[in-house]
Amino acid sequence: MANKDIEARKQELLNQGYTEVYTKTKVLTDAVMHYCPGCGHGTTHRLIAEVIDEMGIQDKTVGVSPVGCSVLAYNYFDVDFQEAAHGRAPAVATAVKRLNPDCYVFTYQGDGDLAAIGTAETIHAANRGENITMIFVNNGIYGMTGGQMAPTTLVGMRSATTPYGRRVDLNGYPLRMTELLATLPGTYYVTRQSVQNPGAVRKAKAAIRKAFENQKLGKGLSFVEILSNCNSGWKMTPVAANKWMEDNMMPNYPVGDIKVDGKIAEGITAERLVLDHPLTVMQ
Amino acid sequence: MARELKLMKGNEAIAQAMIASGTDGYFGYPITPQSEVMETLMAEKPWETTGMVVLQAESEVSSINMVYGGAATGKKVATSSSSPGISLMQEGLTYLAGAEIPCVIVNVMRGGPGLGTIQPSQSDYFQSVKGGGHGDYQLYTLAPASVQEMYDFVFDAWDIAFKYRNPVLILSDGAIGQCMEKLYTRDYIPRWTEEERRQHAPWGTFGKPASRGHNIITSLELESARQEVFNLKLQAKYAEMKEKEVRFETINCEDADYIFVAYGSSSRIAMKAMQMAREKGIKVGLFRLITLFPFPTKQLAEVAKRVKGILCVEMSAGQMIEDVRLATECNVKTEHFGRFGGIIPTPTEVLEALENKIIK
Repeated sequence: MANKDIEARKQELLNQGYTEVYTKTKVLTDAVMHYCPGCGHGTTHRLIAEVIDEMGIQDKTVGVSPVGCSVLAYNYFDVDFQEAAHGRAPAVATAVKRLNPDCYVFTYQGDGDLAAIGTAETIHAANRGENITMIFVNNGIYGMTGGQMAPTTLVGMRSATTPYGRRVDLNGYPLRMTELLATLPGTYYVTRQSVQNPGAVRKAKAAIRKAFENQKLGKGLSFVEILSNCNSGWKMTPVAANKWMEDNMMPNYPVGDIKVDGKIAEGITAERLVLDHPLTVMQ
Repeated sequence: MARELKLMKGNEAIAQAMIASGTDGYFGYPITPQSEVMETLMAEKPWETTGMVVLQAESEVSSINMVYGGAATGKKVATSSSSPGISLMQEGLTYLAGAEIPCVIVNVMRGGPGLGTIQPSQSDYFQSVKGGGHGDYQLYTLAPASVQEMYDFVFDAWDIAFKYRNPVLILSDGAIGQCMEKLYTRDYIPRWTEEERRQHAPWGTFGKPASRGHNIITSLELESARQEVFNLKLQAKYAEMKEKEVRFETINCEDADYIFVAYGSSSRIAMKAMQMAREKGIKVGLFRLITLFPFPTKQLAEVAKRVKGILCVEMSAGQMIEDVRLATECNVKTEHFGRFGGIIPTPTEVLEALENKIIK
């Protein structure tokens, strides 16, 4: 349905006495998102846009999009945006913030972009304590290029380049970038969230809000990992993909705060930071 | 700093010119023989005077992408490096050209290939003007031949970069970077105010006021038809540069039987060889390239009509000579002379090469 048709239908319903209880935030544009139905990107975009709207910082925000599924993020956020080369968003954002300290700067990256080709930029931006907000969407796979192995692909998980499952002897271990970054003094807030159900969405939004509030206070780097399904890449229905994510991704990538206000969060032990990776069986 | 006579290194001149020309940011990574650029900036602490940001990145890959991020906000942002580091920056350079982001990059060339040597060389000509990264793009490329030009060309580079929304490369070499010469400084140009930034770079991503749509900096266009239109726009821009922004210098070319064609350090050596030739009664001139892209094709062709031979002098295996031959359509005998590995040819060698390869 075109936007004007949606608008007309909305008017029709309001005229019939319906009340509007849920509406698109103005920080998202009217562009139709290209994301696969059921993917977490759309939800995550909306949460960021709501936070920008609620904090009243739309006119001061600059986003940096990656190469990957969310390469076109700049079409969906109604804020100034830069599209970075593959993996380089943290370097790009570093300069945007340093030269424009009054701007709110956020990066939006996937696991291939942030944890493979952009590992150096990610670690060094975090280690410098850049006062930016980094959003990291982890779905354990390269979505846009057709479902190849990512650094975050689980042991045993099938992908286009691990057709018989990821093998540790061949491909090494899944990389927990978020736990790694939590150990650096430059990070102020490090958390892992997910968006597969309303409860998770509410917590994810609170985390994103905190990450932007920290930037307002000049506290250093805030890092929010969002677990998402990749139903297309995993070759499952969205519902099955969310269930599989809970059963398999979450034991490898436990959800919750890892570092809050510059300190390792309560209950986060050394053992928790260096969890074993359980073998995953993907049918 | 008003106009003063100073003695300094070429690399220091780059740093001083960045501060004096109102540069907003510099992002770099140490590499010989250009590390004095960032060292000078760090020692000068311009963040306390002009407000310029200076940051040491974790790699050249990172520093060129910092240039991308900062310059895409409509500020004057620069970096410098030497050959291996510039190779690492090629991805960033093609993105900068593709997103039409004005910025300044300095390459103080050293010998290659690979890790090569730390001594001067001019073997990055192809990389600089034939597209070091992927895709059809050009960097406006200035070749300074003195410490004074290292300084002056930074100012010129900002004018061209913002006039055309294009990256500008200052292609120098280890000899000019390391040698000390006198130079006249210029009056400081203050960094742009917020209003001036908005005026010079209305396309910049610095936060969207309610009065306009969001600005997007990207080099991505998934629609082939639109990408072709964009490519044509870039080509038109490069054609305009070829028409309006060519720079070169001719010395003693009017009555010359033979000319040297050279740029940067080699042009200084060729100048001396020219004087030695004249003392021997051989009428030699020098055609010095100042812009390598755009190449002074028409102007060189005009001079070439009147001479019997051309010796290209370049510290390489012969890269610039290809453009010289294209310019003259091979209508005049043209040969190359160069040394490798950081060896700087002597004027005597250059004159001998002229006599043996061209005159004989």
